Amino acid sequence: MKNLFKKSIVILIALLMGFQLFLVGCTSKKEDKSKETEKKEPLTEIILATTTSTMDTGLLDELLPMFEEEENIRIKPVAVGTGEAIAMGQQGEADVLLVHARQSEDQFMADGYGSVRKDVMYNDFVIIGSEADSAGIKGLKSAMEALKKIAQKENVFISRGDDSGTHKKEKKLWEKAEITPSGDWYVQSGQGMGETIRITDQKQAYTLADRGTYLATKKSISLEILVEKDKDLLNPYGVIAVNPEKFPKVKNKEAMKFINWITSYDVQKFISTFGKDEYGQALFVPDSEEWKEKH
Amino acid sequence: MDYPHLEVNNLTFQRSGTKILDIEKLSINKGEFFVIIGPNGAGKSTLLRLLALLEKPSSGKLIINREVIDNSSNRLAVRRRMAMVFQDSLLFASSVFENVAYGLKARRYSKNQIGKRVRDVLVKLSISHLADRKASELSGGEAQRVSLARALVLNPEILLLDEPLASLDPPTREVFRTDLIRLVKEEKLTAVFVTQYRTEAQILADRVAVLIDGKILQVGTPEEIFNYPEKEEVARFVGCEILVPGIIEVNNEGLAIVKVKDNEIEAVTPVREGEEVIVCIRPEEITLGIDSKSEERTSARNKFLSKITQIRHNGILTKVDLDCGFPLVAVVTKKSAEELGLVKDKEVTASFKATAVHVIRRG
Amino acid sequence: MNLIIEGVKQAFLLLLEGDSELIQITLLSIKVSGSAVLISMSIGIPLGLLIALSDFPGRRLAVALINTGMGFPPVVVGLAVAMFLWRSGPLGFLNILYTPVAMVAAQVIIAFPIIAGLTLAAIQQLDPRLSLQALALGASRFQVLLTLIREARLATLAAIMAGFGGVISEVGAVMMVGGNIKGQTRVLTTATVMEVRMGHFAMAIALSIILMSLVFAVNYLLTTIQQKGETPWITHIWK
Repeated sequence: MKNLFKKSIVILIALLMGFQLFLVGCTSKKEDKSKETEKKEPLTEIILATTTSTMDTGLLDELLPMFEEEENIRIKPVAVGTGEAIAMGQQGEADVLLVHARQSEDQFMADGYGSVRKDVMYNDFVIIGSEADSAGIKGLKSAMEALKKIAQKENVFISRGDDSGTHKKEKKLWEKAEITPSGDWYVQSGQGMGETIRITDQKQAYTLADRGTYLATKKSISLEILVEKDKDLLNPYGVIAVNPEKFPKVKNKEAMKFINWITSYDVQKFISTFGKDEYGQALFVPDSEEWKEKH
Repeated sequence: MDYPHLEVNNLTFQRSGTKILDIEKLSINKGEFFVIIGPNGAGKSTLLRLLALLEKPSSGKLIINREVIDNSSNRLAVRRRMAMVFQDSLLFASSVFENVAYGLKARRYSKNQIGKRVRDVLVKLSISHLADRKASELSGGEAQRVSLARALVLNPEILLLDEPLASLDPPTREVFRTDLIRLVKEEKLTAVFVTQYRTEAQILADRVAVLIDGKILQVGTPEEIFNYPEKEEVARFVGCEILVPGIIEVNNEGLAIVKVKDNEIEAVTPVREGEEVIVCIRPEEITLGIDSKSEERTSARNKFLSKITQIRHNGILTKVDLDCGFPLVAVVTKKSAEELGLVKDKEVTASFKATAVHVIRRG
Repeated sequence: MNLIIEGVKQAFLLLLEGDSELIQITLLSIKVSGSAVLISMSIGIPLGLLIALSDFPGRRLAVALINTGMGFPPVVVGLAVAMFLWRSGPLGFLNILYTPVAMVAAQVIIAFPIIAGLTLAAIQQLDPRLSLQALALGASRFQVLLTLIREARLATLAAIMAGFGGVISEVGAVMMVGGNIKGQTRVLTTATVMEVRMGHFAMAIALSIILMSLVFAVNYLLTTIQQKGETPWITHIWK
């Protein structure tokens, strides 16, 4: 009994699966074709590991299609936490990284996981809080001083608490102030930037945010920028090609194309204008070698 | 047809090491209404399932229309020449029409053919008005009619029925029984009917097989089985409550005297002198009288003075246990018991005909 | 409160506009989860049937595993599948990480235990003699299996709805193996999480409305099929 039954079921399953995969594969190819009817299909795909806050700025949504068109390379941006992005690089699961965690990047290079690293751009962080500003940090020039005051007064501070680039920056500031923040006033959200800002708004507390996400959420919250433009608040981005010697499977040629492209003058110029339309101010400052030569 | 429709040779069936069936031979003829009776646990349902090809025997052969059925046969094709009705209607969760059409659909009949045949059989079973009713909404009797319709619509060569009347109430049972036998005979089907009730066998059967503990002990017409049981177990099953050992003293061309304890009983039997036997008398064949000296004329040649040892009232009937040197059990109506003033320890005469004495060879 | 009202308003505007990205995300959700459910049905229903009707050493273990699989956290499934599909993983050569194919695969792993487990329970609830009766009426073994599924259709359809509900609304697995890549692997759930994270509440609410409408529409359809011809039969309790 079972033999005939199993046979027919196996055939049925195989047919259905084949049909389904065919359907899914077919439709995704169709989408490619409709987007690029004039160009030939992209030959290679590379995986770009980047961070959610980078993604959330919207810069990549504009930048990547430009790259795809020019170089005919399909790029898959996987936006995860900084830690995960670096880890992907350490496992050879990504071809190129775009992150903003200088210490981790340097370690990454020192350990031989990356073959090439270049500066790309920087944006900055701001300390935001309620208008009431009970810690009185508004206008301070030093971020570290601001944090000291918040800690002293034990005003509620929401930290990312997720080892992201933002979180690492925050930790460095506490270190500099020689404070180990702890207590009921120090809250770790474990969430992304947008949500952390929400929570801060809800509690009318303080937090460290990247300017881009703040601007994006500004309309729906009541927090203001209290401290900005401190050198310590700069957030530099690096682009790294994962080392093909360690991971022969990575698509190094294409990764290098991306790196050279994003640090090229014209692209840097584009980066310098990003955000002006929507927020009235640019979100990023270009920082590659090519750019700095001419500026 | 000079060969049996259905035949079984040396059939055994085992489950978990126990032998449930052990049948040397069984033949069922075409057009016969064949009843298999036996107590609960005898293996009747198992035997029926084996005949229906729903299970495989542990050993032995099943032969249908002279065709031996074994592992290489197209069992499905053979199965499709039969149909079975169970004790519980086991209707599917759909309408009556859909239920009756089930077997036809499985055989891939066209919609038109199905429609016609189903409607015809619903008329035959007087359930046309139920065609669109949901199976779950039927009464017990209606459901069994649908179950029967579902089987008959397939024009089976062999109709198998596993205690189909057992779950019905007595009036419904009677009507159903009458319709069943009529339809089976009309369509000239071969029917194999399993039951534990003797009365059903007596009313319905052309021939009866008695199955006890997995073995067929006797096959014959209902009259043969009930009046001339050949084995002790058969006798007990067909209703002989009294079974006493004895020995044939004299046999004079069929009229014999059997010595039982110190008594002599006249019996009609071919069993020879000197043979050890078991004497079996049915309670309903014993007449009770109060006065041994009475003028009552009975043709009973056996008259014994007995003492009542127990009286058991059983609804409208009363069972009377007697001792006349050997145990007897008689049954009278409650009214008669009262009229005769039957009480414990009373002395009465128990009489029964020689022809009522069933003699079974010992061993 | 204002924010919610604002959000809902903007959501309807976006929906009426027929934003192309919105449409694309919705279509992909349907394709991925729809395929996953169809495949899960073709594996799960026969599997549930088979296990319900047969006895074999380790059967109880198999049933326990399926029942456990029903409640498995999607994100764990996603992680496991991702590890298999990584370049360094055993199936890395397939190169299907961050594609809809991987998403379908992960969702099949989530849905088929649900469908198998509930089908199994449904079949076990049937009268075991029904299959005997069906055979005795001349059904082939395959026809008997179809009959059993039909007899248990109420529960089987509930199983399918549960399977669909489970995958259309999960975010952990599709996030891990899909990567939420715009235009490629972004579905309703991952898009919603992202929009929330970015603070775009109008969009998030719009996506949520679409997701819930989709789930409702599919379930309405399946419920209609399930309840065809059924009338509530226990109502006499209340009368």
